[in-house]
Amino acid sequence: MSNSRKTMLTGPIIRKAAVESLVKLNPATMMKNPVMFVVEIGMAIVMLLLLFPNLSGSGNGFGFNLSVFLILLFTVLFANFAEALAEGRGKAQADSLKKTKQEVTANKLVGGALREVPSTDLRKGDIVVVEQGEMIPGDGEIIEGLASVDESAITGESAPVIKEAGGDFSSVTGGTLVVSDVIVVRITSDPGESFIDRMISLVEGAKRQKTPNEIALSTLLTVLTLIFLIVVVTLKPIADFLNIQLEIPVLVSLLVCLIPTTIGGLLSAIGIAGMDRVTRFNVLAMSGKAVEAAGDINTMILDKTGTITYGNRMASEFLPAQGEQESELAAWAAIASLRDETPEGRSVIEFTKVRGFTFDAEMAEGGEIVEFKAETRMSGIDLKDGRKIRKGAVDAVREWVQAQGGTIPGDLEQKSQHVATEGGTPLAVAVDGRIYGIIYLKDTVKPGMKERFDQLRKMGIKTIMCTGDNPLTAATIAREAGVDDFIAESKPEDKIAVIRREQAQGKLVAMTGDGTNDAPALAQADVGLAMNSGTVSAKEAANMVDLDSDPSKIIEVVAIGKQLLMTRGALTTFSIANDIAKYFAIIPAMFMLAVPQMNTLNVMGLGSPLSAVLSALIFNAVIIPLLIPLSMRGVAYKPMSSQRLLSKNLLIYGVGGVIAPFIGIKLIDLVVHLWI
Amino acid sequence: MDLVQMLVVIGVIIVLVKPLGTYLYHVFSGESNRTDNIFGGFERLIYKLVGFKRREGMSWKKYAFSMIVTNAVLVGVSYLILRIQQFLPLNPNGMGNMESSLSFNTVISFMTNTNLQHYSGESALSYFSQMAVITMMMFTSAASGLCVAISFIRGLTQRGQTIGNFFEDFIKAHVRVFLPAALLVTLILVALQVPQTLDPTLTVHTLDGALQRISMGPVASLESIKHLGTNGGGFFGVNSAHPFENPNGLSNAVEMWSMWMMGAALPYTFGLFAKNKKQGWVIFSAMMILFLVFLSTVYFSEKAGNPAINALGIDAAQGSMEGKEVRFGIAGSTLFTTVTTAATTGSVNNMHDTLTPLGGMVPLVQMMLNVVFGGKGVGLMNMMMYAILGVFICGLMVGRTPEFLGRKIEAKEMKLIAIAILAHPFIILVPTAISFMTDLGQSAITNPGFHGLSQVLYEYTSSAANNGSGFEGLADNTPFWNITTGLVMLFGRYVSIIALLGVAGSLMSKEPIPETIGTLRTDNRLFVGILIGTVLLIGALTFLPVIAMGPVAEFLTLG
Repeated sequence: MSNSRKTMLTGPIIRKAAVESLVKLNPATMMKNPVMFVVEIGMAIVMLLLLFPNLSGSGNGFGFNLSVFLILLFTVLFANFAEALAEGRGKAQADSLKKTKQEVTANKLVGGALREVPSTDLRKGDIVVVEQGEMIPGDGEIIEGLASVDESAITGESAPVIKEAGGDFSSVTGGTLVVSDVIVVRITSDPGESFIDRMISLVEGAKRQKTPNEIALSTLLTVLTLIFLIVVVTLKPIADFLNIQLEIPVLVSLLVCLIPTTIGGLLSAIGIAGMDRVTRFNVLAMSGKAVEAAGDINTMILDKTGTITYGNRMASEFLPAQGEQESELAAWAAIASLRDETPEGRSVIEFTKVRGFTFDAEMAEGGEIVEFKAETRMSGIDLKDGRKIRKGAVDAVREWVQAQGGTIPGDLEQKSQHVATEGGTPLAVAVDGRIYGIIYLKDTVKPGMKERFDQLRKMGIKTIMCTGDNPLTAATIAREAGVDDFIAESKPEDKIAVIRREQAQGKLVAMTGDGTNDAPALAQADVGLAMNSGTVSAKEAANMVDLDSDPSKIIEVVAIGKQLLMTRGALTTFSIANDIAKYFAIIPAMFMLAVPQMNTLNVMGLGSPLSAVLSALIFNAVIIPLLIPLSMRGVAYKPMSSQRLLSKNLLIYGVGGVIAPFIGIKLIDLVVHLWI
Repeated sequence: MDLVQMLVVIGVIIVLVKPLGTYLYHVFSGESNRTDNIFGGFERLIYKLVGFKRREGMSWKKYAFSMIVTNAVLVGVSYLILRIQQFLPLNPNGMGNMESSLSFNTVISFMTNTNLQHYSGESALSYFSQMAVITMMMFTSAASGLCVAISFIRGLTQRGQTIGNFFEDFIKAHVRVFLPAALLVTLILVALQVPQTLDPTLTVHTLDGALQRISMGPVASLESIKHLGTNGGGFFGVNSAHPFENPNGLSNAVEMWSMWMMGAALPYTFGLFAKNKKQGWVIFSAMMILFLVFLSTVYFSEKAGNPAINALGIDAAQGSMEGKEVRFGIAGSTLFTTVTTAATTGSVNNMHDTLTPLGGMVPLVQMMLNVVFGGKGVGLMNMMMYAILGVFICGLMVGRTPEFLGRKIEAKEMKLIAIAILAHPFIILVPTAISFMTDLGQSAITNPGFHGLSQVLYEYTSSAANNGSGFEGLADNTPFWNITTGLVMLFGRYVSIIALLGVAGSLMSKEPIPETIGTLRTDNRLFVGILIGTVLLIGALTFLPVIAMGPVAEFLTLG
């Protein structure tokens, strides 16, 4: 599933798209795209002239008209093909999703007894029991029990995840598999509205609506088309006054070359492909509008834990108490952690090795593990030889030592204070009545975060870190990670307040979240990315869901949004800039018969008037398929200041858009002129 | 010498930009300032007389509506005056009533600030009509245009729901801008020997005994507002080529400064409103660069002379002097041509019909673009429209949805702009095509071939751009031409004004977005390039085919 979602273009998709591009010739479909619709009408007119050559007076001949007709046909087909291709990829994904959406039998709890019903009969509020090996029949929330669930059908991640009643990991998705244990689930969606259903319709593009910017751009393209329509239609009577004969196929060619067919043909493909890139990134955007908004983000609110830092605290320093050796502290700490499977415990052993200290692992053999408990706030091991090792919260360990009549080192308090002010967590290590010192546990920033925040700053995006830590700890992490601002001791309401404050300044805000108490903020944010592992309410409130539950992905989502907008702008600029060369090909060609001196304007030195017209028209057609890969992939984007970005893109797509057709048309003409 | 003359005229304009732009800002910003002391009392008197008490802000719709109704009332009154001028006072030369289609054309022409003249003032209008219709409209249409431009600027740069009060702006535009300026320029022109009298036409016996009728009248006063208000309709048929309208090189320069300075200063005013002077200079630079390109084209084209005549072995050193006044020469004539079509004034000191093909193309193209300075704000508004278009296309390339001056450009704005950019080519090309398809239109064309096309094209372009200069040579005082050009002027003026005020109103109500490093900057050199590129790609390419068939074909086939 995961792999198939990532496939680029396969044979079947291309074949299907080719068929689809013929189906899309239906004028009723074409009307949705005014630019290409005008091309189709032009094509129809030329076809009429082919069928009834007597309609217009003297003609350029059957061969020329046929060529024009065929090129126009292919222009439309190419544009349809681009759209069909983009849609086809979405459909292929939807198909593989549909396979997971099979009807299963659910064990519905009715009045205390279980009854077998088809999953399609389940309604919101029904309660079902799902056992090991069964498919969860619909989206819902666990109200009882704990189970490991295989969610690979949705996330592509094969390792099962733990889901349990209560808390932020209680939501389950229909179509996922319970691998162990039994859960009782309250269904939260009616048939046809489940997560998978929504996902299918999203990737299929069935509910695809034009985004606001797409609508605005279509308006511009339509008006440009209308303007050139006026230009070409009025040209005929004006030329008649001058006794210049203008053939209708030539006029149609001029019109088609001038209207923005390149962007007109690729616009919807760009939009679909942009959504598709987000999906292939394992993020589900609920609308194209959300992806577009991602490009506009000014402020990003990030949770510290899980997004910026790993969230688990890692040993980063050993601070021996007065008179103790660091090596001994390290050895005892490691022994106490040998059977400790928490990330903190493992990090102690790792760090001991890193620092090059040795310890006798055999000492722990046969010892009795003391688990961490909320009341004791310590863990450790009672060795065979009777010695007891403990590590844990400093005051808890101190009380434990004092209870055994041990002494407390004079600098213990000061050292633990020091760690706390630095934003770390101090863990005291003691053996019987003797405290060896403190382990400095530090929340570590994920590698590469600083660079990413630098990139965001270059894009003009401000980052705000939210954390429940005290201001000192928060400041330390903020400085280390390089975020612009932070909110310490933040409560869920604080996030909403920050979002509202930023929005009041006209900024667009993105945030990530997974808990139920994040839901209001996710809804308030312009881009809310919920974790798939999160609660149903969080997912409902957000406009994007990350199937991998990796909150730092929000940064890539912003980049994809920007790339989508840039691709649109670049191809529009390219399309409009192309007009200059096309004019220089067609205008002299049109008037050369009547005014031979017009050849002065034939700067490309094109072979003959007819070959000039055909070459411009061919260039206009083939540029569409040539640009399909670019519109699917999106233009290259590296974070940099808007100024540099603009200069770079203007050079490539603006200046390039002026120059490229001069070269392209000349080259095509060299070939075409062999015949005409 | 030519170069010095041009540099002086252009240099003075550049020097005037800052003080005049600042003055206009003070007049319309609503903040109290020193000009209140001078004009405040007089304004309050007017407010009292007309019972204008609450001067609250208007929504863009109300503003546009007020402007249009005011204009409509003036059109009605003026039409009546022209139709019955025979029976009205101040008619020493006994002019008859004006024919209805010509009256329609004339009042529309002057109300829309076009001043296309299908009549000759000295033979068709009484002094009363010259003053109560022509001169009155020269003030009111100019003031209307300035008000619209200022309210458009307000919409783009301020927040809220209202773009100012039309009537207050309208009165201020008269009291603080046009009346004092007109008084000053009139005095200067009189000092430069332009007549100002109510005496009837002089009839004199020449030395060899023939009778000569010398037309005169209140010329200087009309001449000053004709240029200050970028109106362009002359007292005499031959406009500023007439020695009484424009007697010498200095008066020529004064007239150019008068018509150019306000259009040139408005971008700076805009910069002040936007609290970003650089933004103003960026717009100004784009206009100036286009201006210089056009000026060079017409100058060198005229200087090179007519290849057909040069081929006859006639000395080409003078350049093409056909249709030009010797007292202005090539420099004074081409500069005036470029300024008058840039500023959409439309007064002429040489006959554009007789410019060389490429020279004649310059005024034509400037009016087609209608963004090079422009009269009292129209050019600025159009240039801002292209700026928004440029931002819309290029803004996407920085990976954000487009925003201009902190406001998002969305579908609503694009729809309104679509109307404005569509209207201009429509009202130029469609009537041109129609006139070639009908006998009514074709019969007026006095030249065959490419030049005939240019004549017709020029007439409608001039009407659409509300410029008013004539290529002349067209026998245009017929009901067909009076009515079609009248309609083109009407649409050319009000369609884009309404659409662009709509854009301003819509942008004004939006939450401004703070600028970051990721925002497209519109106040630097790169944007000057983008602006010029957008104007040329979207504005100019539209007209390339007709330009190719008109002036370009004429040029290529010449000689």
